[in-house]
Amino acid sequence: MIETYNISKSYGEVKALDQISLQVGKGELFGLIGPDGAGKTTLFRILVSLLLPDKGTAKMGGFDVVKDFRKVRDLIGYMPGRFSLYSDLSVEENLKFFATVFGTTIEENYDLIRDIYSQIEPFKKRLAGRLSGGMKQKLALSCALIHKPEILVLDEPTTGVDAVSRKEFWEMLKNLQTKRITIIVSTPYMDEAGLCDRVALIQKGKFMALDTPLGIVNSFKYRLLAINASNRYRLLQDLREWNNTDSAFGFGQDFHVTFKNDRFEKEELFRYLSEKGHTDIRIEEIDPGIEDVFMKLMGTPDKPQKADL
Amino acid sequence: MRTLFYLLQKEFIQIFRNKTMLPIIFLVPLLQMLILVYAATFDVKKINLYIVDKDLSSTSRQMVSKLGGSPFFTITDCSFSLQEGEEAIMKDKTDMVIHIPRNFERNLMREEHNNVQLLVNAINSTKAELAFNYASMVIRNYNNHIITSWKGIPDFKPLNSVEIDDSYWFNPELNYKFYMAPGILAILVTIIGMFLSGMNLVREKEIGTIEQLNVTPIRKHQFIIGKLVPFLFIALFDLAFGLLIAKVTFSLPIVGSLGLLFSFAAIYLIGILGLGLLISTMCDTQQQVMFSGFFFMLIFVMLGGIFTPVESMPTWAQMLDRINPIYYFMRVMRMIVLKGSGFADLKNEFISLLVFGITMLSLAIRRYRKVA
Repeated sequence: MIETYNISKSYGEVKALDQISLQVGKGELFGLIGPDGAGKTTLFRILVSLLLPDKGTAKMGGFDVVKDFRKVRDLIGYMPGRFSLYSDLSVEENLKFFATVFGTTIEENYDLIRDIYSQIEPFKKRLAGRLSGGMKQKLALSCALIHKPEILVLDEPTTGVDAVSRKEFWEMLKNLQTKRITIIVSTPYMDEAGLCDRVALIQKGKFMALDTPLGIVNSFKYRLLAINASNRYRLLQDLREWNNTDSAFGFGQDFHVTFKNDRFEKEELFRYLSEKGHTDIRIEEIDPGIEDVFMKLMGTPDKPQKADL
Repeated sequence: MRTLFYLLQKEFIQIFRNKTMLPIIFLVPLLQMLILVYAATFDVKKINLYIVDKDLSSTSRQMVSKLGGSPFFTITDCSFSLQEGEEAIMKDKTDMVIHIPRNFERNLMREEHNNVQLLVNAINSTKAELAFNYASMVIRNYNNHIITSWKGIPDFKPLNSVEIDDSYWFNPELNYKFYMAPGILAILVTIIGMFLSGMNLVREKEIGTIEQLNVTPIRKHQFIIGKLVPFLFIALFDLAFGLLIAKVTFSLPIVGSLGLLFSFAAIYLIGILGLGLLISTMCDTQQQVMFSGFFFMLIFVMLGGIFTPVESMPTWAQMLDRINPIYYFMRVMRMIVLKGSGFADLKNEFISLLVFGITMLSLAIRRYRKVA
């Protein structure tokens, strides 16, 4: 449903997208994971025909996003990263407006949005600007769905939404997937990657990895230790100073550490930390999660990432 | 068609929900008609006069009292020193000094002519000229009067004089308000048209709704027309409201056909709204729209002949006015309202405004891009 070939886009000197190629099949839930400024929004804006690529081609449902942009627009539902409905129109007016400009009615496609819209329907007379963040997302999703699109493009739909609403939102996406809607979604939250069928990790305009979540986890061939001690701040510093440490990041209560040379005894590291004066040291061999893979791939330990600390 | 209808419905809902919109629609015409029309007058009524009478004879005093009796002059001060009079001008305490030299009366009688001096503050040249003209007229009349009384001729009249009989057409009382009101109304319509439409479009950019709109199948022309029509109606409503205020408060005579006036206003507004939308397609924020809008507005208004007749502008300025929509519309307003001109008299203006309107609108539609 979504195909791109070697898409590149630059803003002046900055390469926002560098030779991106991607295929998403019908009914797939595809995730695009990457830090802010990685090029996620740029790629999406090209896919929804709002931005022209410098090089390369992109097709949505078989239609070229540059030449057949009109057909593409009928086919897609787009939810921009910023809330971009009319805050001075009510919930119902917004939905009705978008239904009408797509030449349909709320009633005609009500089935598709029922699960989502029914949650905000009690507030349908309220102005969209006065909704809570989670409700705004639901309304925006309803508006993006009201014309029964075949492809749903969601740009960071869960940014700035609380944990419960985020979970709900992903359940809704899973639900939509059963209706054979192709979904491409971007997020800066790595924990959401596991919920997609396939994910791409994007950084500085390039895909670092593109696979199923399981495939990505399996690609991780390094030894990984979870380490904890009483003084977390000093622990991180000392871990990073150890001459065999490759990277160390905070994951919840623990630090996940990878090494330059995996062939060493745990006691070696234990001794090092004890000498540094740490107490309550706990070192555990663990299996990598998808976040570990991403942190390893992005490999910028000096720069704080979203999952750091 | 249905899409356009819903676009319009959406715009109207938003306009009437906007709390600053209603005051703008009603207060702007009210303030402009009640304040600007009264304030922007070229009638010079109060000229401050400083008397330096070194003669103090009956003739000089009579002359001074003639000046003081004129409705145009107010005698603010007097002294015997020309220097003090000059200082008064320097300190901006007076507009004009009249200097009557010593032995004015005696020398006038003996030598049959004498001089008085008028010093005029010409910071405002129009006012200075008028002050000088008023004063010389009063002095000339007084001069005629003393010739008759001293020589004993019944009412002095030079021989073979040409009598002037005046009649001012279209504004017989030279009421300045009647001249200003149509001009101010033209500006009012321009402000409403240019700014409200432009700001509205760019607001969609600012709050990001344009992103969502751009991926819909709404066509460019539908979008632009949807932005244009509501403000066309608001501006026409304001024109009617302004005319009503003018009629009620200072009984502005509306000689010509209202239908013709509003048809012209509609054509003009399509151009101005188009320009406003064109500006906003090139801007990203409301500030940018405001600044660029004001830039065009000021030039258009000043060149358009709101205060000064275009015919007395330099040739290059008159050439510029060929492409100045306000110039045409102001002419149309004045000619229809004051003179009662019909369509046949305004063909030239009609064609010019039509060309302007079509150009601006198509440029706005062309420039508005759904793709970056």
